[in-house]
Amino acid sequence: MTAADLMLALPEIFVLGMTCIIMLFGLWLPEERQGMISFVSIMTLVFAAIILLGWDDPDPAAVSFAFNATFVRDQMADVLKLSAFIVLAAILVYARQYLRVFKVAMLEYHVLSLFLLLGVMVLISAASMLTVYLGLELIALPSYALVALRRDDQRSTEAAMKYFVLGSLASGLLLYGLSMIYGVTGTLSLAQVANITAMGNNTVLVLGLIFVVIGIAFKLGVVPFHMWVPDVYHGAPAAVTALIGSLPKLAVFAMAIRLLSDGLGNMQMHWMSMLVVLATLSIVVGNLVAIAQSNLKRMLAYSTIGHMGFMLLGLLTGSDQGFSAAMFYAIVYAIMAAGAFGVMILLSQHGVEAEHLDDYKGLSKRSPWLALMMLMLMFSMAGVPVFAGFFAKWLVIQAVIDAGMIWLAILAVIFSVIGAFYYLRVVKLMYFDAPDKDDAISVPADFRAALTLNGSAQLLLGIFANILIGLCVASF
Amino acid sequence: MTAIELVFYLFSTVLTLSALAVITVRNAVYAALFLVLAFFSSAAIWMLLEVEFLAITLVLVYVGAVMVLFLFVVMMLDMNSERVREGFARYLPVGILVALIMAGELMFVIWTKGAEKLPLPPGQSDAGANTALLGERLYTAYLYPFEIAAVILLVGIVAAIALTHTGRNPNTRYQDPSRQVSTRREDRVRIVSMPGAGSKSAEERS
Repeated sequence: MTAADLMLALPEIFVLGMTCIIMLFGLWLPEERQGMISFVSIMTLVFAAIILLGWDDPDPAAVSFAFNATFVRDQMADVLKLSAFIVLAAILVYARQYLRVFKVAMLEYHVLSLFLLLGVMVLISAASMLTVYLGLELIALPSYALVALRRDDQRSTEAAMKYFVLGSLASGLLLYGLSMIYGVTGTLSLAQVANITAMGNNTVLVLGLIFVVIGIAFKLGVVPFHMWVPDVYHGAPAAVTALIGSLPKLAVFAMAIRLLSDGLGNMQMHWMSMLVVLATLSIVVGNLVAIAQSNLKRMLAYSTIGHMGFMLLGLLTGSDQGFSAAMFYAIVYAIMAAGAFGVMILLSQHGVEAEHLDDYKGLSKRSPWLALMMLMLMFSMAGVPVFAGFFAKWLVIQAVIDAGMIWLAILAVIFSVIGAFYYLRVVKLMYFDAPDKDDAISVPADFRAALTLNGSAQLLLGIFANILIGLCVASF
Repeated sequence: MTAIELVFYLFSTVLTLSALAVITVRNAVYAALFLVLAFFSSAAIWMLLEVEFLAITLVLVYVGAVMVLFLFVVMMLDMNSERVREGFARYLPVGILVALIMAGELMFVIWTKGAEKLPLPPGQSDAGANTALLGERLYTAYLYPFEIAAVILLVGIVAAIALTHTGRNPNTRYQDPSRQVSTRREDRVRIVSMPGAGSKSAEERS
């Protein structure tokens, strides 16, 4: 280990140090000054982003390894980490009022979310199977605790229990697969695994690959490993659902790239067919079942399943074009999900979760601004042209067509049209139905600013899609 | 018989006997203590193989932490040994079957491999004791994963406290030493003059 190694991992070290400082000093803060925790946490993210960007590299395409090749830093890692900072900062702004109203422990929420962020960063920069697993666990443990944070609420403890049991099972399966790959190749480093698998395939290696793919599928929540998603989304407090519905997706995307492309890229013929099945099932089941939901949280959960299926479409092509399309999809999805849950968090300000679709009736009359933001987010999720979600879907489908799988592209288009129905239903409820209640919606200034940015980001990322697409393309 | 063999047989005997005692004694606390003895003897046997790190870990983790916790549980639950033994005869056939299968599998491995093909592991290398080697690897080559594992443990602590701590109960009684020592006589002793009975009796006496 040298000073250069430490410099490469400086954002991680900074986030960890600040988390510990917030944890210690937060204990002495009196009840009425707990808002400081939120402020310091957001500042931590801002400075972490500055540190991340300040690290100047002579060649942006360079890949730097550190800590005995357990840590890697490349353009993909930097872009994904930066998106994670932005998404988490938005969620923390949204969460502040919610935590107070629902009497969720402010300090614990922030400390655990920062630990989750650290796990996301570790997983994004993982260059060895050991760090992949540790990063995944560092994401999973705070998630379980966050879901159970309102422990007097029966629904959220039940969700946490389900999440814990299924999540541990998934980690176990992944670990089993990794141990088989280790057994065959004799190395933990993903780069060396790639060298050794280049010499020829082995049955045990394929078996290990199956378990690795199952582990990834579980964590992404794609069909048929999606059972936990609706229950956990539904049971968790909205501020936590926003967190576990957005950040880990970025990390698991990176994990899939690191394991399947960097490590087992030579076995593409094997994992491609598995991913085709997973992606097809997710797109079909996610979009069809979402139509039947009357609860917005469950609807968004099934829409996540569908979206993750789309992201897999990009991954399964195995081409750089497909990878960059999937990366664009993951980032856009994380921002969309954070915004949609942000609206839900804001409407829950009277101590009742605004999770029923009926709660959104006539929103345009109660708060035209909020309805407009939700409209942009829903249009983007549905893939209406000009919005970012449209370009995400378009790039992915283009990659699939270039890979020669026309039928898969046609299926994706058909189901994204079917999926548009339930997003547009929300818009219809907001604009064309009479409101059930007319209590005022009070919006803190920082919340308004963050959600405005988040909503209009859908439009701006659509109009100026080239910038982010360029970054994603340069990552591979 | 060399001295090492003598020590090996001594500890093996203690290990086997204490393992047997764990499942035969009636008192649950004795059983737990015999398990401690079994762990300790196997640690000593490991020590003979010059794998002192495993031996120390076994003593520290199992004897020091796990078994103490186990003893706590046994003592707190006040187990009724009669009730525990109730289904003994019923489970015996299955238990014997499992034991036979396991013994058979072990035999099979030894027979097919041959005892001479299962050599002693190589002893201490010239590079140094394996604790030192492990430590060196952990703090150099595997520093980063090691630190992340430590963070995961920290998250475990934070999560456990977040999920169980309910805040201070207003009815909790606790001592505040600084208030205790700064107390004055006036706070505690109240002088009550009782003119009635005291003065009367004094008058009567005079």
